[in-house]
Amino acid sequence: MDFSIISENLHYYFDGLLITVQLTGISLLLGLIFAIPLAVLRTSRNFILTMPIRFFVYVFRGTPLIVQMFIIYYGLGQFDFVKFGFGVFQEGFNPDNIGNQTFLWKYFFSEAYFCALFAFTLNTCAYTIEIIRGAIESTPFGEVEAAKSVGMSRTMMLRRIILPSSLRRAFPAYGNEVIFMLHGSALASVITLMDITGAAGIINARYYAPYEAYITAGVFYLCITFTIVWLFKKIEKRIYAHLAPYVDKTQKTAAVN
Amino acid sequence: MFTLYGYFDSIMEGTWVTLNLALSSLGVAVLLGILGALGKLSNSRPLRSITLAYTTIIRGIPDLVLMLLIFYGGQMLVNNLAFALGYEEYVDINPFIAGVGTIGFIFGAYMAETFRGAIMAVSKGQLEAGASFGMTRLQVFIRILVPQMIRYALPSFGNNWLVMIKATAIVSVIGLDDMVRKAGIAAGATRKPFTFYLFVAFNYLIFTTVSTYILAWAERRYSIGERRA
Repeated sequence: MDFSIISENLHYYFDGLLITVQLTGISLLLGLIFAIPLAVLRTSRNFILTMPIRFFVYVFRGTPLIVQMFIIYYGLGQFDFVKFGFGVFQEGFNPDNIGNQTFLWKYFFSEAYFCALFAFTLNTCAYTIEIIRGAIESTPFGEVEAAKSVGMSRTMMLRRIILPSSLRRAFPAYGNEVIFMLHGSALASVITLMDITGAAGIINARYYAPYEAYITAGVFYLCITFTIVWLFKKIEKRIYAHLAPYVDKTQKTAAVN
Repeated sequence: MFTLYGYFDSIMEGTWVTLNLALSSLGVAVLLGILGALGKLSNSRPLRSITLAYTTIIRGIPDLVLMLLIFYGGQMLVNNLAFALGYEEYVDINPFIAGVGTIGFIFGAYMAETFRGAIMAVSKGQLEAGASFGMTRLQVFIRILVPQMIRYALPSFGNNWLVMIKATAIVSVIGLDDMVRKAGIAAGATRKPFTFYLFVAFNYLIFTTVSTYILAWAERRYSIGERRA
């Protein structure tokens, strides 16, 4: 094995690292922002309200991410109205005129970057809804009871008691989701994006050096994975501080109970 | 008539490949998982280090990267080996075998963690009782440990299986004719990618839904002996 190939081309990997981190970070953030309110709605007892959310979660958790990405990236172009707007249904429409393209198509859905981001966001949103829903449903009833007994309204109870308590409980599972999404982002290379895996693809194609190219990519991913795991452990330690065994600093031994 | 522009049979062939691939990989993964779990729990330090490295590294790298590494790298390795042994023709690895090996190898690492937890959940007294009856270690494993660990392993095993079915979609990238690739070919020919990928997504949804029901049934069946509050 000849790793000088890699050291000469390391900039490809660092450019790729940026794309990977962007894709993962933005989709996780957007997914979480949408997932919290949807998870709250999902716990409602109104069937008409929960049905669409159930369906969304069921479909996105039941199909592979790569297929979701293909449907969005390759699939949407099948429909003329996505490309040219609803004018296509009118008579005398000429699709050869490029100026007719819709704003959404021109700047978003014809771009691989946006399509990957869109697919990842929907996917992580579905998984996150399920994680948060589980946490909300496992809120100890005593907490809810206590909130009611001091006369909190439903929204105040949600804001002050249920959400802080359940988001804290959802945290470890969310850590797994973050790593899952990081690994899922490698699929972006399949639709031509130059993330870390894409960079490895270039090196492999140029030098026919699969070991060097993909082992380097693997090392990059391992480093990010370990960093995330370390970070989540640190945050967990902080947000679970009230559950940690009591340490008497003057005696430097853990007090029992 | 529902023929999907004449590609229905072709995609169904791909579906069959996907199903075979998933089930064969499951076999490999379970085997590697049990070996990995036993290695992790063994008294030998080198065995523990090897299995720890296996589970940590595999679970820290995306499936796609591992698949490309094993597929391209394995191809090179086999050819170099063949050449060193005096075999001069180019050896082409069967993509199905490569796919099964790769997915099995990756999910073996996840299964190892599942089985390790399940083995640890079986109380030690059970194994000691087996030994005190004069059973060999293999007998204790098959008659005492396995039947009891299944109950603890099932929930996490089920999750791994669901993730694994979906991971089979990635092998289309390395050229195996599974349903995603067949759909890609059909989409290219007819310019109807949405239709075909949606159909494939629907097939996956059927697989995962049926699996969920079977797993729920198995979990109920294996926890018959458990008292519930």
